[in-house]
Amino acid sequence: MNTRVLTWLVAVPAVVIGLGLLFQLLSLVEPSLYFTWAYYLEVLIGGTLQGVMYSLVALGFVLIFKASSVFNFAQGSMVLFAALTMVGMIEWGLHWTLAFLITAGVMVVLALVIERVVLRPLVNQPHIILFMATIGIFYFLDGLGQTLWGSDVKQLDIGIPRTPIFILESVFEGGILVNQFDIVAAAIGGILVLVLAIFFQKTRIGRALRAVADDHQAALSVGIPLKTIWAIVWSVAGFVALVTGVIWGSKLGVQFTLALIALKALPVLILGGLTSIPGAIVGGLIIGAGEQVAEVFLSTFIGSAIQDWFAYVLAMLFLLVRPQGLFGEKIIERV
Amino acid sequence: MTFRQLLAVPAAATLLTVPLFDSPALAQEGSQQYFPGLQYRSGPYAPSGIPFANGYADYLAMLNARDGGINGVTIHYEECDTAYNNDRGVECYERLKDAGPSEPAIWSPLSTGITYALIPRVTQDEAPMLSMGYGRADASDGRVFPWIFTAPITYWAGADAMIQYIQQEEGGSLEGKKIALVYHDSAYGREPIATLERLAEEEGYELSLFPVAPPGLEQKATWLQVARQLRPDWTLMWGWGVMNSTAVQEAAAVGYPMDRFIGIWWSGTEPDVRPSGDAGVGYKSLNFHATGTDFPAIQDILSHLYDEGEGYGEREGVGEVNYNRGVLNAALAVEAVRTAQAEFGERPLTGKEVRWGMENLHISAERWEELGLGEFAGAVDLSCEDHEGGGSAYVQSWNGTAWEPASDWIQPRNDELRPAYETSAAQYAEEQGIELRDCSQEL
Repeated sequence: MNTRVLTWLVAVPAVVIGLGLLFQLLSLVEPSLYFTWAYYLEVLIGGTLQGVMYSLVALGFVLIFKASSVFNFAQGSMVLFAALTMVGMIEWGLHWTLAFLITAGVMVVLALVIERVVLRPLVNQPHIILFMATIGIFYFLDGLGQTLWGSDVKQLDIGIPRTPIFILESVFEGGILVNQFDIVAAAIGGILVLVLAIFFQKTRIGRALRAVADDHQAALSVGIPLKTIWAIVWSVAGFVALVTGVIWGSKLGVQFTLALIALKALPVLILGGLTSIPGAIVGGLIIGAGEQVAEVFLSTFIGSAIQDWFAYVLAMLFLLVRPQGLFGEKIIERV
Repeated sequence: MTFRQLLAVPAAATLLTVPLFDSPALAQEGSQQYFPGLQYRSGPYAPSGIPFANGYADYLAMLNARDGGINGVTIHYEECDTAYNNDRGVECYERLKDAGPSEPAIWSPLSTGITYALIPRVTQDEAPMLSMGYGRADASDGRVFPWIFTAPITYWAGADAMIQYIQQEEGGSLEGKKIALVYHDSAYGREPIATLERLAEEEGYELSLFPVAPPGLEQKATWLQVARQLRPDWTLMWGWGVMNSTAVQEAAAVGYPMDRFIGIWWSGTEPDVRPSGDAGVGYKSLNFHATGTDFPAIQDILSHLYDEGEGYGEREGVGEVNYNRGVLNAALAVEAVRTAQAEFGERPLTGKEVRWGMENLHISAERWEELGLGEFAGAVDLSCEDHEGGGSAYVQSWNGTAWEPASDWIQPRNDELRPAYETSAAQYAEEQGIELRDCSQEL
């Protein structure tokens, strides 16, 4: 077995148990800190499932950065636009599956338009210019979505069950509460990642994309069409945005603030690295679980409502050890 | 979406000030009363801001269409989009204040943050401002805040009404009960804490606080703590925007009983519960006005505006919580102008004259009836000292498609709240070097 995988298999349970023991000890010192192993696992599982949803958001950023070294500021508004479009079609009377397929098509068309109108004229420009262009795309999509579909909060119901269930009732008294929605959302996220992994590892287009990601000029020199690859990557990122929008929209309702969930991806990207799909997944899980555990078990000592900034602190702590992120590429430049 | 709305969104987003209506027949200056509108039709809180703005604008437009304005003085209404942003709120105020045919009648910024930012400006400009159900609770003391009005009710009074309701449901005693407060971690969300802590000492319940970092998209840990660790008898919420719908869904996700979960009036609108579908059924919130369209004044809006294709929003939105709140805000402002006109003459008024109208505003149940809004809101009774007027509230419950009343009107205990307002206002006056106004010298 790969040494790296083995390390993770040993380290993760060790950290989980170690933290649990630490909180148990702290609860003896500070009685206001509530701790039971069942409750600890409940928070940990809930956070990890939440982390899968963060990973989905981060994935959209990673795909585009890998292919074009552009940090796509518009990923959040793509999520919102996709969700708004799908809900709009459902409101027209279409079944959600049909609305999903049509919206996927809309996102592909959108990707082609972005490549043709925004990216192609900016080929060979510095990365900061492309980044600024994505800020423009963010505001454009944000306004366009609301203009076409309105600003109301819309319900998106695709039949995912929402009732809480209890697991491990024979092990822990009262069991551990898990919400079915989180499990289904995590499963959808997992399937998407699997499909993307196969697409990038096993298909010709996937290999071409990885070549472009490694070196634009070298890829061009062997005949890989950069513009086509960009269009494909933005289309895939659009599809990821759609899946993200459907899951987050089902959870929170489809509304303007969906665009803000992109912010949740930033600590994930810092932690996992901007160029690694496994990094986005593992980073999301660590941030999701870490921020929930911190909010519940550290708030006694450092105050509540800490999870947003704690995610960044956690990411920074990892960076002290691995500046390139957990799975980021180590850049060695010889001068 | 209508073509008019299609145009409205980008126009609002570019911070244009939009004169929405006035009567061409009476367009000459001198015959129009200017109503500025600090609204938000764009930004993350637009789902709440748009229906409020529509209700406000529609009520004024209906008066122009039905009555030719207020006692023959037509209304000139101009709007600026603040996007619920404090900086833009101040910018809009500066843009609008000299943009009308008369002095502005009264300002209503629909934002606690913008209210705080505008207090020094309206005070300097001698322009009245109504923060209806938001803003500083201690601004109810008109001796310290002569230009700010909090009618019909404040957050502190709302907290008191919630505890009274829980007391009724628990059979009178709260001794040993556990109550949690989940709140937006901002000045707005922290407003009720002092009142709830004071009542906890008096009533013997245990209060636990759960701040949520804005905007409130992530609350899983909060609700695990509330529902799995603390397991309170009741949970109160001071939320706003996406925090509300997220809270309702996360509470349902951990199996917290909805009928023991009560939000403040800004956590009790349709966009707060619709995304949760059936999971939100039974959720409660406070409200200080009625919902629905079964009121003559609102029927007049439908017949004079929407039947003619002149309504500012969608017909289906008329009667929803935020829409009716906009109507109430406009109705209070108009009644203040009407009151002042009786004193100063039926002509466009200055801000100072409208303030007089506010300080002499007495709307009884009979007067609400005459206004076509019978049983729409509680009685309002303002004075130079009392800028709140001792309004009341009731609890409403979501049935899956609409809000329905779940209690009678609850009168907050103003004999206890009033000293708290005065103490807090006196502290503010001392910090700011404000000399208390002598109300006996006023007209």
